[in-house]
Amino acid sequence: MTKRIWQNLILIAIILAVGIYLVLPGTTNIPLLNKSIKTQLGLDLAGGVQALLEADLPAESVTVENMATARRIVENRVNGLGVTEAVVQQAGATRILVELPGETDPEVVLTTLKQTGLLEFVDFSTLDPNLAINLVGTRIETDYAQTAEQVSAAETGQLFHTVLTGAELADAGVTVSGTNAYEVALSFKGEGITKFSEYTSNNIGNILAIVLDKEVISIPTIQVPITDGAAVIQGNFTLEEANSLAIQLRYGSLPIPLKVVESRTITPTLGQDSLQKSVRAGIIGFAIVFLFMALYYRLPGLIAIAGILFYAVIDYAIFRFIPVTLTLPGIAGFLLSTGSALDANILIFERLKEELRAGRTLMQAFNLGFQRAWPSIRDSNIATLITCLVLYIFGSQFGATIVKGFSLTLAIGVFISVFTALVVTRSLLGLVLNYLPPSNLKRWFGI
Amino acid sequence: MIDLLGKRYIFFAISLLVIIPGLIFLGVFGLPLAIDFTGGTLLEVSFASGNPPQPAEVIAIYEEFGIDDTQVQVTGEGTVIARSSFLEDETLQGQIIDRMSEEFNDTVTLLSADSVGPTIGREVAGRAALAVGIAAVIVIIYMTFAFRGIENSLRYGICAIIAMMHDVGIVISLAVIGGKFFGWQADALFVTALLTVIGFSVQDKIVVFDRIRENSKTLRRLPFETLVNHSIIQTLQRSINTQLMTVEFMLLALVLFGGVTLREFALILLVGLFSGTYSSIFIAAPILVVWEKKEWRNWFGRGTTAASA
Repeated sequence: MTKRIWQNLILIAIILAVGIYLVLPGTTNIPLLNKSIKTQLGLDLAGGVQALLEADLPAESVTVENMATARRIVENRVNGLGVTEAVVQQAGATRILVELPGETDPEVVLTTLKQTGLLEFVDFSTLDPNLAINLVGTRIETDYAQTAEQVSAAETGQLFHTVLTGAELADAGVTVSGTNAYEVALSFKGEGITKFSEYTSNNIGNILAIVLDKEVISIPTIQVPITDGAAVIQGNFTLEEANSLAIQLRYGSLPIPLKVVESRTITPTLGQDSLQKSVRAGIIGFAIVFLFMALYYRLPGLIAIAGILFYAVIDYAIFRFIPVTLTLPGIAGFLLSTGSALDANILIFERLKEELRAGRTLMQAFNLGFQRAWPSIRDSNIATLITCLVLYIFGSQFGATIVKGFSLTLAIGVFISVFTALVVTRSLLGLVLNYLPPSNLKRWFGI
Repeated sequence: MIDLLGKRYIFFAISLLVIIPGLIFLGVFGLPLAIDFTGGTLLEVSFASGNPPQPAEVIAIYEEFGIDDTQVQVTGEGTVIARSSFLEDETLQGQIIDRMSEEFNDTVTLLSADSVGPTIGREVAGRAALAVGIAAVIVIIYMTFAFRGIENSLRYGICAIIAMMHDVGIVISLAVIGGKFFGWQADALFVTALLTVIGFSVQDKIVVFDRIRENSKTLRRLPFETLVNHSIIQTLQRSINTQLMTVEFMLLALVLFGGVTLREFALILLVGLFSGTYSSIFIAAPILVVWEKKEWRNWFGRGTTAASA
């Protein structure tokens, strides 16, 4: 019995030491795992801009690969803004969540994200080449991803046919020709090579316009059939012009159009204020609860407080290790799971007191208290975990980070709280009881 | 030992006294939904001078931009919250703030801006309801499984869910009343609070039911009503200590000192978790007894004749 308690205590001491090491603000890196450690604050605490982008197409025409590509391109764009620790992740089947901590101007962010437009290569063979030049810089209607109603509605104006989209473009860049002129080289991939080959073979002398977000940006004329998918756009480009066109081709090559369906901005001052207030509330809450535990449960109460402090350190260490993004509701989840941890302790102590009153010896009551409280601790915590899971899935669907953060912190808290009650409180209490004369039960246990 | 169960119909009546007016309010005024569910744009701005303008003046500025469905609220901290339909063009936000600075001759600073498209709002509302439903069903299944060793195990799950619906009813009543008198709006955080109340409510019922489960093995000869009453009394101290003394104090600290952002959330949890504890003792366990004794046969004055028929 005593041997097992000591073994547990050594284990607890090791876990606690690791936990404290991880929690220390100076710890930014674990040497052996080469993993960086930090407290990651959510946008509601750190301030920043969050945007939810949605594929502007019927859900059935959005493929998994297209979404993955779109996500990568958006990520490039975001990195271009120079925000550190930006998050770009897919949320549900057709949405992309973008989080930019520290960024405070939603306008700049949203325009940058929206610039990532839909690139199309559009058939202008039906058009007089002399008229085509007037269309550069204007918006046109194309038949790509249009519903039947939209097509018929557009028939009053001119509807152009889209031959290829940015999804079929492999790469684009600036090259210098033999005559020292700047050119934009582009290459297609997969089916794009065949489509491009077919179109250029049948349309020599016609224009294949480059259209970004329905706006005509370039009108190259086809000189020769291109069968290998590698083409060159010539023109009297300056280096800047060629570069800009190449970048539009490269980064504008989103496989699906995206629209901003949700955006949230919180200024850092507001976030800072919320953080300070909730930390203060947490400290006050803890103080009251500790006072109550010590006064009401006496000796076991003090041990439970030690357990809760252990719990808080380990919980926070795990948040830093994973890392879990801390949001305001996340802090609330942490406080609530502290309540759960205390609940497990209180269940055990009430049981223990009951067994003592029933005339059992201290050691018997100690063992029975833990044994009998276990089924209700187990079942009730499983029920909480079920709710956490449902919440987490609900939150993931909408990129609702706050909901996810709350359920994750609550779930982690539930696991650690059960461990704390069953191992930490039990070992500490066992240790103390071994050295306690059983005559003072009344004073120590408040029976 | 106190006979709590003997007064069960009094407790039912107390709960109905809160829930029925709440539901009437819900029917008459509806639950005010935030832009998370309806779609829309919400701007919160502060004024350097500390003198926020009148709501009507802010509404007038929105109207200049052709937005005529704006609701404006001046908060206790002197900031202004303006809620309008979804502003698809994000440059409008900046334009409106610049216009306010000019009109009120003050430095207007953006504190937070939320913009939710109308379709996504509807989707969130649908999914939120679905999430609550799924959580309830999984919990019934789990409880039937956990209590499989004793008679009528399905009853425990169903009673827990009835009591849980009681808690949801209390929370929604609170939200409707808060919406009517304090301008509260149900947002994604409200759904989170609601699901938490559900989770903890069930957790609490399991603790009480667990005692019934344990006692029904050892005290088999006692009448069911006495056994349940016994179990409630045995867990009463724990319920009071856990809920009132620890969790509720934590939440009270959040309500009082935690800042505006979390106040409604914490208050709803405070009331909801209290209701969760209350309903374990005064709703869930008594319904088990009502069910066991099939008391509904006596409800409508038919008395013993119906029972013997």
